[in-house]
Amino acid sequence: MSAEIKTGEVLISVKDLAKHYKNKAGEIHALDGITTDIKKGEVLVIIGPSGSGKSTFLRSLNLLERPTGGTITFEGQDVMSPKNDINKLRQKMGMVFQHFNLFPHLTIMDNMTLAPRKLLKMSQADAEKKALQLLERVGLQDRADTYPSQLSGGQKQRIAIVRALCMSPDVLLFDEPTSALDPEMVGEVLDVMKDLAKTGMTMAVVTHEMGFAKEVASRVIFMDAGKIVEEGTPEEIFDNPQNERLKTFLAKVL
Amino acid sequence: MFYCKVDYRVLLSFSDWLNKWKDRLYLNFVASGRYKYLLRGLWMTLRITFFAVLLGIALGVVAAIIRSTHDKIIEEIRPGFGKFLLRFFNLIVKLYLTIIRGTPVVVQLMIMYYVIFASSTNAMMVAILAFGINSGAYVAEIIRSGIMSIDPGQFEAGRSLGFNYIQTMIYIIIPQAIKNILPALANEFIVLIKETSVSGYVGIMELTRGGDVIRSRTFDAFPPLLAVAIIYLIIVVFFTKLVSMLERRMRNSER
Ligand SMILES: Nc1ncnc2c1ncn2[C@@H]1O[C@H](COP(=O)(O)OP(=O)(O)OP(=O)(O)O)[C@@H](O)[C@H]1O
Ligand SMILES: [Mg+2]
Repeated sequence: MSAEIKTGEVLISVKDLAKHYKNKAGEIHALDGITTDIKKGEVLVIIGPSGSGKSTFLRSLNLLERPTGGTITFEGQDVMSPKNDINKLRQKMGMVFQHFNLFPHLTIMDNMTLAPRKLLKMSQADAEKKALQLLERVGLQDRADTYPSQLSGGQKQRIAIVRALCMSPDVLLFDEPTSALDPEMVGEVLDVMKDLAKTGMTMAVVTHEMGFAKEVASRVIFMDAGKIVEEGTPEEIFDNPQNERLKTFLAKVL
Repeated sequence: MFYCKVDYRVLLSFSDWLNKWKDRLYLNFVASGRYKYLLRGLWMTLRITFFAVLLGIALGVVAAIIRSTHDKIIEEIRPGFGKFLLRFFNLIVKLYLTIIRGTPVVVQLMIMYYVIFASSTNAMMVAILAFGINSGAYVAEIIRSGIMSIDPGQFEAGRSLGFNYIQTMIYIIIPQAIKNILPALANEFIVLIKETSVSGYVGIMELTRGGDVIRSRTFDAFPPLLAVAIIYLIIVVFFTKLVSMLERRMRNSER
């Protein structure tokens, strides 16, 4: 186990991260030399136009996508090194997907307790107790025995968040968590994420919700063509953008 | 008032016809206990099919595991002996699928019987092997497409929680895929029952051959062939009903 990491210390360190796809036309540089640190307790929001590499970056952090270059260090361990068990590291990096990806064959309760029981060897009772507490936090305790198909999109995404929390991760990665939702359900999911941020959870969030970025982010990264083009506090990025491409982007989305 | 005037000659010829069929049925099925050819043949057909399906499922599961493991994780395996082995087995399985699905089962059966196991006297074993190996190729594709039909997001969700490839398969993918796979497997059984009818080519007394033997004794082709067809039809309709019940059950559970 790694040493306890205090707020403000570097949790994930990314250096020169690259992901190149080869195709007939040549090479696509989905990631083209990304360097950044994610600190404990930080809410990092990643914005950028479609195809700029936001998802690829986020999914590289837990190796759902395999980078072709650079290094990722998580809690002092080289994520890409074969010596480190990526499955163990992933237990500490929760992920929330655009399309929720709840397990349709399991009840909400089983969705939440499967991983803690099988991977952390938690007892059924302990796992269910923890799941119930989390369900209460998002106001869905009465849904424990239903199946995902019986929930609305907003409810599904709230469940997906607490399912990830059941593993007590040190960081949560969100890839456009509200993009697949009907507009009236976006708020309830963002509220859960804001609450999480307040508890000091480290979060990396790809989103098009600029309001959320302004309100919650401790730092915003603007990506374009596989590169970090500009980064700073929400005030710096939204009120005083420097780069032309960022200005054009903001003009379109705000 | 209505009159129903029936020509007595029609009645007569009808009872004539009935009597003739009675004789034909007696000759083909009752005389010298010929019905036993059908019963024994049916028993042989069912045995070959049953064991061939078992073998087919075993082979199909192995082949499907190799194929989908290769497709899903070959990229994330480090170069080395393991990667080489997976590539190698994948190639073998691909070859197996191509050959088996690209040639008629009768030809495969005859090659097995007259060439590979030319010295064997147990024709039933050879037929089980031939049909099992044949069925395995189709079962592999059934299982593989069942697994592939599951949203890749399910796989990613499992992996992102920290499950390894095998755990993700066991806890998340297979339980969902089984709903597509089981009915298709039952269908494979139905298909195989009919396919074993070519076993007569290597001298096995299964149902079709049983009917054919009767024909060669009585020189009356229609009744035995009709009986054979009806028996196949009853079995197939019965199992088809069973499969659709199974399918409905699976669709109704949850959701
Ligand atoms: N499997 C792949 N093969 C080839 N190119 C790919 C593949 N996956 C992604 N890309 C390319 O990599 C680039 C970055 O994609 P990515 O999905 O990370 O963008 P994004 O910023 O998340 O976009 P969006 O806002 O639309 O989700 C794009 O140009 C995309 O076309
Ligand atoms: Mg994306």
